[in-house]
Amino acid sequence: MNAPVVPHVPVTPSFAPARQREVVDALRRVVPAPCVLFDEEDTRPYECDGLAAYRQLPMAVVLPENEAQVVAIMRACLALQVQIVPRGAGTGLSGGAMPIADGVVLSTAKFNRIVRMDQASRTAVVQPGVRNLAISEAAAPHGLYYAPDPSSQIACTIGGNVAENSGGVHCLKYGLTVHNVLRVRMVTIEGEIVELGGGALDAPGLDLLAVFIGSEGMLGVVTEVTVKLVPKPQQARVIMASFDDVVKGGNAVANVIAAGIIPAGLEMMDKTSSRMVEPFVKAGYDVDAEAILLCESDGTAEEVEEEIGRMTEVLNASGAIAIACSQSEAERLRFWSGRKNAFPAAGRISPDYYCMDGTIPRKRLADVLLGIAEMERKYRLRCANVFHAGDGNLHPLILFDANLADEFHRAELFGAEILELCVAVGGTITGEHGVGIEKINSMCVQFSPVEREAFFKLKRAFDPAFLLNPDKAIPTLHRCAEYGRMHVQRGQLRHPDLPRF
Amino acid sequence: MHTPLIESFRERIAQGRPLQIRGGGTKDWYGQALTGEVLDTRGHDGIIDYEPTELVITARCGTTLAEIDAALDAHDQMLAFEPPSFGGAATVGGMVAAGLSGPGRAAAGAVRDFVLGAVVMDAQGEQLHFGGQVMKNVAGYDISRLLAGSLGTLGLILEVSLKVLPRPVASSTRVFDIDQAGALRLLNQWGGQPLPLTASAWTNNVLTIRLSGARAAVDAAVTRLGGSELANGADFWRDLREQQHAFFAQPEQALWRLSLPSVAAPLDLPGAQLIEWGGAQRWLRAEPGLDAAAIRAAASAAGGHASLHRGGDKQVGVFHPLSPAVMGIHRRLKQQFDPQAIFNPGRMFPDL
Repeated sequence: MNAPVVPHVPVTPSFAPARQREVVDALRRVVPAPCVLFDEEDTRPYECDGLAAYRQLPMAVVLPENEAQVVAIMRACLALQVQIVPRGAGTGLSGGAMPIADGVVLSTAKFNRIVRMDQASRTAVVQPGVRNLAISEAAAPHGLYYAPDPSSQIACTIGGNVAENSGGVHCLKYGLTVHNVLRVRMVTIEGEIVELGGGALDAPGLDLLAVFIGSEGMLGVVTEVTVKLVPKPQQARVIMASFDDVVKGGNAVANVIAAGIIPAGLEMMDKTSSRMVEPFVKAGYDVDAEAILLCESDGTAEEVEEEIGRMTEVLNASGAIAIACSQSEAERLRFWSGRKNAFPAAGRISPDYYCMDGTIPRKRLADVLLGIAEMERKYRLRCANVFHAGDGNLHPLILFDANLADEFHRAELFGAEILELCVAVGGTITGEHGVGIEKINSMCVQFSPVEREAFFKLKRAFDPAFLLNPDKAIPTLHRCAEYGRMHVQRGQLRHPDLPRF
Repeated sequence: MHTPLIESFRERIAQGRPLQIRGGGTKDWYGQALTGEVLDTRGHDGIIDYEPTELVITARCGTTLAEIDAALDAHDQMLAFEPPSFGGAATVGGMVAAGLSGPGRAAAGAVRDFVLGAVVMDAQGEQLHFGGQVMKNVAGYDISRLLAGSLGTLGLILEVSLKVLPRPVASSTRVFDIDQAGALRLLNQWGGQPLPLTASAWTNNVLTIRLSGARAAVDAAVTRLGGSELANGADFWRDLREQQHAFFAQPEQALWRLSLPSVAAPLDLPGAQLIEWGGAQRWLRAEPGLDAAAIRAAASAAGGHASLHRGGDKQVGVFHPLSPAVMGIHRRLKQQFDPQAIFNPGRMFPDL
């Protein structure tokens, strides 16, 4: 990914050599020597995840081969009070797997086996390092697939998906990771093996599985996951509709849903985005339209036919200036290619880009887009907006050049202000990428001190030693106080001079 | 107008004595024994926000399910997990706390899958907001989903936001004469095919299924699967949801709920059975003399768990015992969120 690349945190080692030796020795006692990396040339590839602007060289990296080794690593780290950052494929976009300076990165790379594929019960038992797409590929011969399809699905792992509660373009209809995982087996910092959920649809006691999913590697290290598989739809077709006004496009989305239709995919792109991608992929987008809507239907042939007809009617009535419906699988993929290549296209027209991930009530879309347009002028940076319109998840792509003085800084401020706007209109700072290290300050805006303390209480129930990815996702009071010196908290906006809607 | 109630909730909590949080009281029979003074949530009611086009409804805890259903009905929408109400007084707060889902669960998801956000009063009387009113939200731990099925043991739920879905355009209820093993085989086969199968029930050698969705999809499935049409299908599924179906009309017998992998073989336990959720939920009216240990052993062996849903002797423990590691997390969570054990102590497990 062509994410921003300006290192603005120290990249040099910041641990004592004696401590490193102590920790490496302890790890080598419990895993084979080649599974522990500590030379800078070996640990350098782990210094960041998909959010390359945030880097930190870890003291050591450990790659356990089995669950017994994970248990032993946890116990060794607890004994030495070493912090652990779990890591899957490192494709995350919020710095959730960014190392801690004097901590250990625990990679699940060697947990790459599909343990069991069960056609009868429509489930797969997989190790956390198995790639998202690999599950669907293995299930395909049975006519089944794993529904959540984050854009990084060829590379990202199921363990990472569990940590982030990943979604994808089909989640309005098929749900997020939390809706598609039946069981997680994990190891706590104390080295206890814990099973959450199970082979049934529910488990006794509190629904710990629901809260574990999306916990950003802060509660335990996953060693096995049981996922639900669903029947592959026989057919899918997509409608591409153009609008001369983004508000009309937003209203069209509302009208489709009001008509009782839950499309398999419902995506919107603004003009900046379609102009950015069209020369790159030739998807056939109308580059003069203010908004392009992609509206997908899947199911049996009869079902798709019926739904496409109803959606076309609604889109026409909502003022679409042009409508095209895919007539073949090749055409369907071409219509989607523009949306799916929005990020690479951003990388093509701009040296760097910064991808935001707020979710808003859809009815506030016009207000938010107007607010972003205002910010483009204020920060003197362009922004392309792609929108999972069905579920309100907005991905503004802020375009900048890290080599130009202060552009990254402006991009960061721009991003933080977009997130504040998302919170102000009743939304959230992250829909699917996670908080990680990137949005940790914005958590101070969205949650009050007592709410953040409740998160810490939850963490203490799983990780009393506070050693699992401790500096991510939930900011301390101290951090929020620092942030608050420049930014006012919830309900009060930072820039009272700017119009808000 | 709701501030005085919030203030009274806060005062009750500040007294530090055990509280039995209660909405309509329609599920007083569920869970372990009730202890503590009743804290009645019913006055804190009303739909706060309902945006049909956003697919979200937000309501105060004391709002009745009947009021919510009526509001959704007016826009042809529904709670797709079909929660049982067990009486007209049932409230949305109680529904989330009980965490019970109805016939649609296997196809659509459970209560927790539709909880988008919640406002909770904690043991210090503070109001905490978790989640929100949007579909996708990964900011902070997903505590609002943890509340579903928590039986009020973590805090007082004040408000909830729920995802809603359109009502299916078409629906058909089909009936087949078939034994249990055959029904389980069929249900699991069908589950792996792209069929609009949204509910199922097998008992007494009759399998009843609901096909619902787009008109064309339902028609095609009816042609393909056959069976005979059951008139008044909606009444059948409502009675099943509310346990008004004849199977449940034996209150003197202990009613067990076994939650199992859908492919689990027929259970060899004495007592009548009714199977829902494509095989994943099995109701057992236990014959007198059948002890809890045998039922739990059978459920465990099949890869699931068993709870004493209604009736019977609660001394045996209503819910399936947890593994020591999972119980440890439960204890620490309770200690963290409710150190004085004010909220529904002992409702889920006697010593929690």
